[in-house]
Amino acid sequence: MGRYVIRRLLQMIPVFIGATFLIFLMVYALGDPVTGLFGDRAPDAATAARLRAEFNLDKPVWQQYLLYMGNIFTGDFGTAFNGRPVTELLAQAIPISFRLMLVAIVFEIVLGIVLGVVTGLRRGKAADTSVLMATLVVIAIPTFVLGTTLQFFLGVKLGWINPAVSPAAPFDELLVPGIILALVSLAYVTRLTRTSIVENARADYVRTAVAKGLPRRRVTTRHLLRNSLIPVVTYLGADIGTLMAGAIVTERIFNIQGVGYQLYEGILRQNSPTVVGFVVVLVLIFLVANLLVDLLYAVLDPRIRYA
Amino acid sequence: MRKGTRLTAAVATATAVALLATSCGSDSGGGGGGDSTVRASWGDPQNPLEPANTNEVQGGKVMDMIFRGLKRYNPETAAAEDALAESIETDDQQNFTIKIKQGWTFSDGTEVTADSFVDAWNYGANIENNQINSYFFQFIDGYADVHPEDEGAEPTADTMSGLEVVDEHTFTVRLTEPFSLWPDTLGYAAYSPLPRSFFDDHDAWLEKPVGNGPYMIDSYSRSQSMSLVGYEDYSGDDAAQNDGVELRVYTDNNTAYTDLQAGNLDVIDDIPASQLNNADADLGDRYINQPAGIIQTVSFPLYDDNWSGDDMVKVRQGLSMAINREEITGKIFADTRTPATDFTSPVLEEAGGYEPDLCGDICSYDPERAKEMIDDAGGLPGGSVTLTSNVDTGSHRQWMDAACNSINNALGDTGACTVNPVPTFADFRNQVTSDSMTGMFRSGWQMDYPLIQNFLQPLYYTDASSNDSGYSSEEFDDLVNRANSADDEDEAIDLFKQAQQVLVDDMPVIPLWYQNGTAGHSERVSDVRLNPFSVPVYTDITVS
Repeated sequence: MGRYVIRRLLQMIPVFIGATFLIFLMVYALGDPVTGLFGDRAPDAATAARLRAEFNLDKPVWQQYLLYMGNIFTGDFGTAFNGRPVTELLAQAIPISFRLMLVAIVFEIVLGIVLGVVTGLRRGKAADTSVLMATLVVIAIPTFVLGTTLQFFLGVKLGWINPAVSPAAPFDELLVPGIILALVSLAYVTRLTRTSIVENARADYVRTAVAKGLPRRRVTTRHLLRNSLIPVVTYLGADIGTLMAGAIVTERIFNIQGVGYQLYEGILRQNSPTVVGFVVVLVLIFLVANLLVDLLYAVLDPRIRYA
Repeated sequence: MRKGTRLTAAVATATAVALLATSCGSDSGGGGGGDSTVRASWGDPQNPLEPANTNEVQGGKVMDMIFRGLKRYNPETAAAEDALAESIETDDQQNFTIKIKQGWTFSDGTEVTADSFVDAWNYGANIENNQINSYFFQFIDGYADVHPEDEGAEPTADTMSGLEVVDEHTFTVRLTEPFSLWPDTLGYAAYSPLPRSFFDDHDAWLEKPVGNGPYMIDSYSRSQSMSLVGYEDYSGDDAAQNDGVELRVYTDNNTAYTDLQAGNLDVIDDIPASQLNNADADLGDRYINQPAGIIQTVSFPLYDDNWSGDDMVKVRQGLSMAINREEITGKIFADTRTPATDFTSPVLEEAGGYEPDLCGDICSYDPERAKEMIDDAGGLPGGSVTLTSNVDTGSHRQWMDAACNSINNALGDTGACTVNPVPTFADFRNQVTSDSMTGMFRSGWQMDYPLIQNFLQPLYYTDASSNDSGYSSEEFDDLVNRANSADDEDEAIDLFKQAQQVLVDDMPVIPLWYQNGTAGHSERVSDVRLNPFSVPVYTDITVS
């Protein structure tokens, strides 16, 4: 298992380099960002040239990339156009997005799996049909609509929450945004678990377990559920990255200054250090989450072994 | 058992990572000061907060609160009034002697002297400091030495030869050419004085800027919030009527609007476009919609042979008459824009050179005549025209669609005008400044200072910094030159008005509409209004 982990970690290096280079190229392809800094006014050539030099924008793209990567290894992620080091932006945004992701993922795991098991075991019953309907509704309505509606009713009409999350973004303020963020994935987790449970309920090992006379509860949790979780865990693993990077809509609605917001700003202002810096961290999160998922397979299914 | 430990280990690792991540982010955001603190919406400034490097409204808000320059624009009439200036005297409109009032101090206790101004202006002009607003100092003699025009050229001097300190409270300015309205430009933030600490420890100053205005910064956590308190030893007559202002950064002004409705925010100064139709019902008389010094126009690429011919004047005027301004400003902008009838802005007032109806028929909707004029001139170049703008902000996409529809209907051709959306502002500006437009494109102007000169010279003078269409007219340039060297302001304004008439005849751009500033406030505060730059006059706000 140790060798497997090391091999996986080594595989991350080319993925990491490839991903950062592609992102760097894409931001570069958007064009020259300096003109935008001057607003509705033609930049004076001399100042623009100096700004380009300051951000290394006057060099060919491969050289910019090498300079940038060289700096990254010394811990310097560059600066945004407003003069803030990207490391500072990272330190500010990532913990916030991480907390939001945690809230969302806990909701998904707890509620999604419970609902999935319940509906899977009562296939075709009223509970099953109504939960399925509900998941369809959640998937069909855009996050934006659900988010603003809930924000308006809870925040303005009922006054239970503050519509905007404070800069510190503690866990309790992230509850409602977390639910909104989790909803769509929650629906998928429910459906995945349900399908998996329904399929495995007819498997030989479940029949054997029942025949051995094990209590129903133990059959469900130890035998049925554990084996049914593999597709769900795969989905959740990938979802960790998505929830951190893709929360832009939720973050905007609730004024959360997380990763999605910083990426959006970076792209709008065509600031490659910001965009690449955040993507680097996100790529790492994706890679580590996927590694953890693969390792969890072995825990869930004793037939899977990593030599 | 073995499996159990493995699972526990995995969970333990995950929890450890979680704890590590959360522990970094738990520093508290600064809270507001006393009870009569105004909570106001804010956006993250694009550039570091320093006077000569701030060219957008969010940073400008703070500059307006923590700095006072030689002049200040009256929030109501937009007239330039003396603030720190005791007197500004000149005989030839080119050499000025400036006396500043005694007793003004920066909030760190040091005195504002002639040096505070001269050092600040030299800093702002010097190319080595990469200040975006450097060009404001271009009228001062010696600017070319500290800010050479050519790329890569090094400055040959540290200071501008046109600035000279006479004594502690007097300095003289020599301009490169006569500019009669120059003293009235001095209310712009770029001309603010700077304390010694700015030069001694620049990084520390940027962390917490120090100025001489009615407010001082109490705490600033970048891109999150800023808390300002009234400066007790402020010497001006517009001291703060409240304890302070807490500026909160909103990433989306829809959230700010919701927060206002929920009672968590007192002032927002930009009502989101999607809420404009509800603002009246939601806020009643707490909704503010008043003219600001912003005009939106559509420019033509006159550097393109297709658009520069003599016949094309008629086509450009025809296109202007084919756009139904009334309908677009009413339906899309909920009357937060006013159809434009000249090239300036109503905030100048008629005394300042604003002239309602200057454009007359040419700027009124008349589809039949529009079609006639365009047909007579030989039709649109190539049979059709595009309308280009960035679409990442504002409601640009919506009004462009509407304007094109209006043109298509007038010409009876569904393909006459098509919209060409550009994803980002920077990309759009690159295309515009590299002269690569082939059809109409959006242009707009937010005034730097409320003078008719600012609405005309930077935009239409030959090779001026924002002359995006490449317009060049000897007659126009001549009138502007004469206006700048006129003996008194009335004469200058009169000449600028004549110059404006030349624009109507040549129509290098189509005036679309004057933009209003919008704002809303809670029941907790009163006396909220916007200045001509569409920034709330924070000092006047009272908290009940």
